[in-house]
Amino acid sequence: MIDTSQNIPVLNIRDLNISYGSNTILRDVTLNVRPNEIFGIIGPANSGKTSFLKAINRMDEFTDGMRTEGLIEFYGYDTSKWRNLYSLRKQMGVVFPLPVGLPLSVYENVAFAPRISGVRNKSELDDIVENCLTRAALWDEVKDRLNSLGSLLSGGQQQRLTIARALSQKPKLLMLDEFSIAVDPVTTMRIEDVLRDLKKELSIILVTNLVQQAERLADRTALFLNGELVEIGQTNELFDGRTKDQRTTDYLEGRFG
Amino acid sequence: MSDTVIQEGRLDRRDVSWFVDKTVQVLMFVGGISAVIFIVGIFVFVGKEGFSFLFEGFSFTEFFGSINWRPTSENNQTFGALALIVGTASVTGMAMLVAIPFSLGAAIYIGEFATGKTRESLKILVELLAAIPSVVWGFIGLTIMNGIIIDLFDIPIGLNVLNAGIILGLMAAPIMTTIAEDALKAVPDKYREAAEAMGATKWQMIRQVVLPAAKNGLVSAVLLGIGRGFGETMAVLMASGHSINIPGSPFDSVRALTATIAAELGETAVGSDHYGALFTLGIFLFIITFLINLTADLVVKGIRKK
Repeated sequence: MIDTSQNIPVLNIRDLNISYGSNTILRDVTLNVRPNEIFGIIGPANSGKTSFLKAINRMDEFTDGMRTEGLIEFYGYDTSKWRNLYSLRKQMGVVFPLPVGLPLSVYENVAFAPRISGVRNKSELDDIVENCLTRAALWDEVKDRLNSLGSLLSGGQQQRLTIARALSQKPKLLMLDEFSIAVDPVTTMRIEDVLRDLKKELSIILVTNLVQQAERLADRTALFLNGELVEIGQTNELFDGRTKDQRTTDYLEGRFG
Repeated sequence: MSDTVIQEGRLDRRDVSWFVDKTVQVLMFVGGISAVIFIVGIFVFVGKEGFSFLFEGFSFTEFFGSINWRPTSENNQTFGALALIVGTASVTGMAMLVAIPFSLGAAIYIGEFATGKTRESLKILVELLAAIPSVVWGFIGLTIMNGIIIDLFDIPIGLNVLNAGIILGLMAAPIMTTIAEDALKAVPDKYREAAEAMGATKWQMIRQVVLPAAKNGLVSAVLLGIGRGFGETMAVLMASGHSINIPGSPFDSVRALTATIAAELGETAVGSDHYGALFTLGIFLFIITFLINLTADLVVKGIRKK
């Protein structure tokens, strides 16, 4: 059992290296993610952000040739020693860049994780589905068509569906990988409100291409650049120009590349 | 300046590549419609030979209702195909009992579990298996399976529904495996990733996400297997015992539609009732396999629409 009462970091990452074959794409990353914070990760494409998320929930085991070295502790447990990967992944929700509605009904999309964890009771499942869809700000839009295919929803609705699905496993950590790529600005704002609310109950890693999104949401922000962790800081300090590295200032002010 | 100006007449000249292009187009067109021509040709030929019987000596109730296939009887010639139809159906049914678990299991293993070299070599082996001639399978049924069934179940003859069904099942399994594996491959990886990110085990992911998503392809794999079973001749002729019979158990010998045509056609007079009756069997087979393949095709198209 994970003890979340003490104030230990949700993630404690030391000297993390990720490589594909001989190509190192992330070097010597050391950082903490604290309870109930939104941790923003910004950086251009190919700077290792997505691989970083994959390493955390050990999806790397399914990616050909991907190798990770270093320490990743989740609530003090070394994840590389965690034998039951599936139970590890159940503690961490992931939202992918493009919404992936499983080819199931809206209801079954959300009920998927509880079902595979052994929840059989219909009314219990109903409660979970309603609760998660409500928290993802989607319930009002889909409550009348819970049985239609999840993949028929609009892009923005599907992305909220995947958030509801990620919440259904009661994760301690929610990882969002550029969730707003396929979502319109209005829906993006709704999802951002959802995330601010969710912060009360879990920690969020927000990987984003949009500097302003990190500014709006993240408590602390890290800049990844070409496989290097350039800087971590309080988001407001970084955006006020109190950076330690000139490259951060350049990137935040759009003077980059 | 002068080389950028289009020369007079250049636009109108048919050069070598123009002729090559046209020739290739025509050749490709002929290749493309030849399948249609052959299908229509076969149907016309089989129909022409069978129709004279269909309109004169043919009785619907006798053909589909009687088990008496006595084409050569002097005074009581009857053409009841019921036993042949049931024979073909029972062998095909038995074959599917064998082939479905084998082929789906193999497809799931190749498509979802095996990686790298294991996967590639398995695929090659399965395709190799599909290339074994049917007479070789029939030979295996006649010699090896026959002995095994006699020993195992303590019965006098091992050429029966069970034998032919197992042989036919093993024959149909490779092609079904290949089609089923294609169907699994068509399921986008993002579904797998999403399911696994939620902590689904491999089997939970396969059972609850991949198989439902690939359902149509899997159904059409089974349908094509059934079509294969209906049409197979030589192996069934050799392994089924070839005796006219409504089988009461898997240990009864039966005779298949196809095997009947193969065995008897060489000994009939062209144009006789017997000859026509055999072609009627052919028309019936043709319609059945056509319908099965059409259904399989429509089922596959069903997925694409979504």
